[in-house]
Amino acid sequence: MDTALNPDPDRDPDPDPDADFIALDGIEKVFDVRKKTGFLRRERHQVRAVDGITFRVPRGEMVGYIGPNGAGKSTTIKMLTGILTPSGGRLRVAGIDPARERTRLARRIGVVFGQRTTLWWDLPLIDSYRLMHRMYRIPDRRYAENLDRCVQLLDLGELLDVPVRQLSLGQRMRGDIAAALLHDPEVLYLDEPTIGLDVVSKAKVRTFLRDLNAESGTTVLLTTHDLTDIEQLCKRVMVIDHGRLMYDGPLAGLHEVGESERTLVVDLERELPPLEVESARVVKVEGPRQWLAFPAAASAAPLVAAVAARYPLVDLSVREPDIEAVIAKMYADRATS
Amino acid sequence: MAELLRHEKGQAGDLAGPGRLADGVPDRPLDRARDGLRAYRMIAAMWIRSTMAYRASFAMTAFGNLAATALDFVAILLMFSQVDALGGYRLPEVAFLYGASSTAFGLADLAIGSMDRLGRRVRDGTLDTLLVRPAPVLAQVAADRFALRRLGRVTQGLLILGFALLALDVTWTPLKVLLIPLMLVSGAAIFMSVFIAGAAFQFLAQDASEVQNAFTYGGNTLLQYPPSVFGKDLVRGATFLVPIAFVNWLPGLYVLGRPYPLDLPSWAAFTPPLVAVACCALAGLAWRAGLRSYRSTGS
Repeated sequence: MDTALNPDPDRDPDPDPDADFIALDGIEKVFDVRKKTGFLRRERHQVRAVDGITFRVPRGEMVGYIGPNGAGKSTTIKMLTGILTPSGGRLRVAGIDPARERTRLARRIGVVFGQRTTLWWDLPLIDSYRLMHRMYRIPDRRYAENLDRCVQLLDLGELLDVPVRQLSLGQRMRGDIAAALLHDPEVLYLDEPTIGLDVVSKAKVRTFLRDLNAESGTTVLLTTHDLTDIEQLCKRVMVIDHGRLMYDGPLAGLHEVGESERTLVVDLERELPPLEVESARVVKVEGPRQWLAFPAAASAAPLVAAVAARYPLVDLSVREPDIEAVIAKMYADRATS
Repeated sequence: MAELLRHEKGQAGDLAGPGRLADGVPDRPLDRARDGLRAYRMIAAMWIRSTMAYRASFAMTAFGNLAATALDFVAILLMFSQVDALGGYRLPEVAFLYGASSTAFGLADLAIGSMDRLGRRVRDGTLDTLLVRPAPVLAQVAADRFALRRLGRVTQGLLILGFALLALDVTWTPLKVLLIPLMLVSGAAIFMSVFIAGAAFQFLAQDASEVQNAFTYGGNTLLQYPPSVFGKDLVRGATFLVPIAFVNWLPGLYVLGRPYPLDLPSWAAFTPPLVAVACCALAGLAWRAGLRSYRSTGS
């Protein structure tokens, strides 16, 4: 992971455009924050929202970009789309400097903000799409094909004539994803695409994204709070906190680094003393229900088998560790080592 | 989705070749203006289509807009039922100034009246969604919620201007006749620059839409009366500070053969086009500065 954090600064800037499809070198974003301290007095101080981030994303990869609130995820996405100008460092997306050539880059990227829509709020969904068609100068045939596919795969058929403001969150999100893909973007940025969605909508969105990446080779950068998104979609994950890249590698490795644990919750037929099984320890007992912690990298199957073989099992569920806990653990380990 | 992106691949690879686009030149201003107008047309057309889906509703709101804006003139009529002149001006003369200002302001309001929503867009973050589209932000903000009902104000302005032109007792010269369309177009441009500058200010102060309204709607109300009604300082401010006096006062008083309250040469009546160009240039710079500051602070 250290090699990813410290690339050779003297290397050729663009040795391979596909390997360096998204390239950040020491990207920084410093905000001036003014705080009211008196009637007219204001104190200024600087906040380093992004503090020297370096990474590469090759064309066609699907990467998760995670971190707690305020870690700098959205700020990074905003710099990658050209909304914000970096305070320092070098940034290229598909060979384009986003801050300088925002509108030219806009034709080649798609952006989905989970928290706000890029659609025209008061107009029917189809009106937004028609406008995109013309604004992005999408050839008629491509537009028709892409719209057909999105409508089919994202289940938008009955929603096209509904004003966007009347759509549910999940419907709107699917509408937004379709809007971001009509112009065949090479890169798709998704900022919290599953936030607030129900289980069915989440599954639909995930399946769609996985197919898109696999079949069309779209490069996808995904920020999320939901580790399940990452597990199901991304082979590679980057963790950012306090504006710094903390980890860059496979998700399994993150669990090892963080020594995170999953939890097996078992409901027994009756109250029992804490269960005794190998490779797990009981962390909580509440009547007939017990919580067993086990390493996140291990499979749950042998553990479940062991418990079921020895105890009267009624029901069980597995809980994933949350990102905050993993990162907190990572921090603690760094401090002690 | 199999073919969704495939065809782009080869082309994009070529584009991203070593050094070719690394330091590409930003679009030329002329191209950007063309792109902006194109985006503006497309977005405005979309809103017009959506308005026209409910024709009866459109007719009613447009008429409502006409009636509400004409109330200002009703107020002036009421005053004239008590007095013969306002600041030395008779009814047709006041109607002339009123009609000219209303029409110019109405045109600006019709074209880019939605710009006062910018502050809200900055606050709730929806401005970001405009920044990821391949069109100039100014055009997208200006065309947003294009409201055809605002034709109501333009219509009442033109009606009252027409009445004034019929009722006025002036000797028409070719120059005076030429000055009237010039006055309306330049006036609209000056008001538009005030809208844009006001919106640019909202990048810094997101709750400033009322400040903007003071200059746009307030300025319009000011111009509906002859300058002799107001104190010299106010007239000075409207001439030199926020030069809305060039919308209708200066050219209008030339047409009416009246002296301007400040010592200005008579050729100043013909400067509105120049003032309009200068105002638009300044407003454009202010907009760019505002957008740049937004893109560096994000708030």
